[in-house]
Amino acid sequence: MGTGGIAAGGAEVINAFRTELEASGIKAAVSENCSMHKVGCRGLCAKDVLVDVIINNNKTTYQYVKPDMVSRIVKEHIKKNTPVSEWVAGEDYHNFHKKQLKVVLSDCGSLDPEDIDAYISGKGYEAARKILTSVKPEDVIGIIKASGLRGRGGAGFPTGVKWEAAMKQSAKQKYMICNADEGDPGAFMDRSVIEGNPHAVIEGMIIGAYSIGADKGYVYIRAEYPLAVDRLRKALSDARTKGFLGKNIFGTKFNFDIKVKLGAGAFVCGEETALIASIEGQRGMPRAKPPFPVYSGLWGKPTVINNVETLANVPYIIRNGAQWFASFGTEKSKGTKVFALTGKIKNSGLIEVPMGIPLREIIYDIGGGPEDGKLLKAVQTGGPSGGCIPADMLDTPVDFESLAKVGSIVGSGGMVVLDEDNCMVNVAQYFLQFTQMESCGKCVPCRIGTKRLLEILDRITKGAGKEGDIELLEKLSSDIKAASLCGLGQTAPNPVLSTIKYFRNEYEAHLQGKCPAAVCKALLTYYILEEFCKGCGACIRACPAKAITGEKKKLHKIDPAVCIKCGACFDVCKFKAVKKE
Amino acid sequence: MIKLTIDNKIIEVAEGTTVLDAARMLNIEIPTLCHHPKLTPFGGCRLCIVEVKGVPRPLTSCTTPVSEGMEVVTSTPAIEDLRKTVLELILSDHPNDCMICEKAGDCALQELAYFYGIKENRLEGERRIYKKKDGNPFIERDMEKCILCGRCVKVCEEVEGVGAIDFTYRGFQSKICPTFEKDLDCEFCGQCIAVCPTGALTGKAWKQQGRIKDTRETETTCGYCGCGCSLTLHVRGNEVIKIDSREDTINEGWLCVKGRFGYTFINSPDRLKKPLIKRNGRFEEASWNEALDYIAERLKKIKKEHGPDSIAGLSSARCTNEENYLFQKFIRAAIGTNNVDHCARY
Repeated sequence: MGTGGIAAGGAEVINAFRTELEASGIKAAVSENCSMHKVGCRGLCAKDVLVDVIINNNKTTYQYVKPDMVSRIVKEHIKKNTPVSEWVAGEDYHNFHKKQLKVVLSDCGSLDPEDIDAYISGKGYEAARKILTSVKPEDVIGIIKASGLRGRGGAGFPTGVKWEAAMKQSAKQKYMICNADEGDPGAFMDRSVIEGNPHAVIEGMIIGAYSIGADKGYVYIRAEYPLAVDRLRKALSDARTKGFLGKNIFGTKFNFDIKVKLGAGAFVCGEETALIASIEGQRGMPRAKPPFPVYSGLWGKPTVINNVETLANVPYIIRNGAQWFASFGTEKSKGTKVFALTGKIKNSGLIEVPMGIPLREIIYDIGGGPEDGKLLKAVQTGGPSGGCIPADMLDTPVDFESLAKVGSIVGSGGMVVLDEDNCMVNVAQYFLQFTQMESCGKCVPCRIGTKRLLEILDRITKGAGKEGDIELLEKLSSDIKAASLCGLGQTAPNPVLSTIKYFRNEYEAHLQGKCPAAVCKALLTYYILEEFCKGCGACIRACPAKAITGEKKKLHKIDPAVCIKCGACFDVCKFKAVKKE
Repeated sequence: MIKLTIDNKIIEVAEGTTVLDAARMLNIEIPTLCHHPKLTPFGGCRLCIVEVKGVPRPLTSCTTPVSEGMEVVTSTPAIEDLRKTVLELILSDHPNDCMICEKAGDCALQELAYFYGIKENRLEGERRIYKKKDGNPFIERDMEKCILCGRCVKVCEEVEGVGAIDFTYRGFQSKICPTFEKDLDCEFCGQCIAVCPTGALTGKAWKQQGRIKDTRETETTCGYCGCGCSLTLHVRGNEVIKIDSREDTINEGWLCVKGRFGYTFINSPDRLKKPLIKRNGRFEEASWNEALDYIAERLKKIKKEHGPDSIAGLSSARCTNEENYLFQKFIRAAIGTNNVDHCARY
């Protein structure tokens, strides 16, 4: 159960099962053979709450489980072994998993994240034990380099190269930091990994710290992730009790411990130098690189900062070998990537796919396509630093190079599906609202530039755009990208540039006073179609502004001068007689 | 030593030197707003960006350390175009009321706007509006003119060791202010005024007292204490209207609240110009000889009647060593008592 599952009612469902099982005497009678496990997120948020009933290795998965359904599942399925067929997860659930390839998430959704023994029984901490007791640091780095693992936080920097640079530093004190300050709107990959399998991240950190020669580590995690923080803290304390953290780990001379540092809600603290400043107790503002943190990081010491997902890959690479990992993905982008699939898509949720999978397969085979048969317009990847990939480019393979080529990025793994009802100017405006608010204020192009971009977008969506605004957006965007200090400013204009690149016609339509997707309020007019209006009066009753008049069974009319464009009439009309454009 | 080329000129500099400093050694001008030679580099204004061969994006020369064989180009059409955009952005959020600004004629931003010929601004938009509210008699803060270069924050932290101000808020709303946006309540050394490149921080004492072109500069030494800081008096007519200090002085241009602001007594009608002696319950003007004779006579009388230990001398730690030496000599040898101390030795 992750945050999503709990929000969908997972805790109530578990309680219902506990009560029901105890009341029916099953638990008492067959306690040796019956157990109940709370597991990490399985990804398919859209179908939560999911419950597996396993009888003699026969697994049945139920979807949309509510507490009042529990008693019937217990009575019919658990007692009489007849599954409640109408509640069993159907084709969607199985299709959702069919094209996925799970490495990082392989244990999420099957093991209890709060039970260290569950992790250990699945070969957990064996990789760390093997490395610490029998492999030299440079050989570990060799394995990671051979695996082709690249940073999952967004930039895709080769992990082995980063570790090697830190290892070669002669400083006595070095640091290993896990960046769990996931902040992209619509992204919840790192959160789910920590909630679902915190020990994999810890094990990855131990291996990394050993390789670079660090004896202190930090997990910098958002305070807005309370469940992840709780599970991480429990996992750290359990690992300490077992001797996997602390002094002389696995009987070796290697010492390493990890502290948790909570972020205070600044998006920019995901940028590594701002993150370091924040740990040091300073205002979270980035500084210019070089020097890079591997040379001068936390407290001026060599520091490696890896993303959660990157680190969670490490134990699996060590366990299964570099060749195994490198066998997935493309020539330059190895392994898998976790994405948070959201937006106008049927099966929204958390997915893990091999690098290089065509975007189409993610959207249609895994995601089940757009909701309600709507027309897909674009897929936004990489969050506020990313771009929009139009529907006619769905065959683009999803890997670092290919997405960069079409003007987007893999980023940390946000993937927002947009359909015909989304206005692309509005989408760009949304992301700019976010980035300009989250700019740290240090450098001019980001602080004032993103504000100006947003103002121009605002006026375009309000029908006050000026001739030359599109060109001005392009020019200002490219200047902000070139002149900004850190990754935030250098990528913030991407949503603007990519939407102009592929949907310039929508921008132009706005300048001519039309919003093709009928989203931008100021450009909309609501009116009633004579041929469909039955004169039922529903819209009159729904209108909060009293803008609609008309007698019963006669054509109703909207007064555009009074209409506040709230859309209440549009929603309430059963005859599709209200039109907006 | 590290060898590099800047604009095709070869230079050898010590390791750790920044590209900006190396360029300045070659007399190559690179525009800056947030850089200050005495403060740690900030890299926020982005005006000092340069192209470095092999690096895909421009780097700020103020933060980039030199490296062997580095090839730097400080000015290209693309770089100048970016600098112009940055300046336009700054000016789009600036009152641009230069005709009534205290800093006019001495303002780094005004200079750059002039050199880059920025008259019209493509990027006009919302401007930050702040209320002025400081009640202190020394520092005028006009935060609408603040370009967030961070120099004031750094000088307060790195030179004064006070840390009275810092960045607050995020994005466009970012602002430099004291804790909880309270009124400024610090030592009022005014170092922040000295390093502010714009008219955001000025001295209340020199408000509307005169433009730079109207003043003469007189170098002098501060008389307040034994430090002997060098002062530059800005004199208009026969009146001191402002005091600051040059960076190439013994005090490196830094001053304290007294040295910087404590000059308005000069033309004060209350200023004491001659000694006063109280006669018949009233202070009357006297000559220096009269006054000194009177003191000597009284000291002698007290010593005779009550003994030397009835007299004590208290001096100031801020006096020069020589002055303090003479003072204790006087108390010990002339008065004949060991009752001598100064304010730092309680």
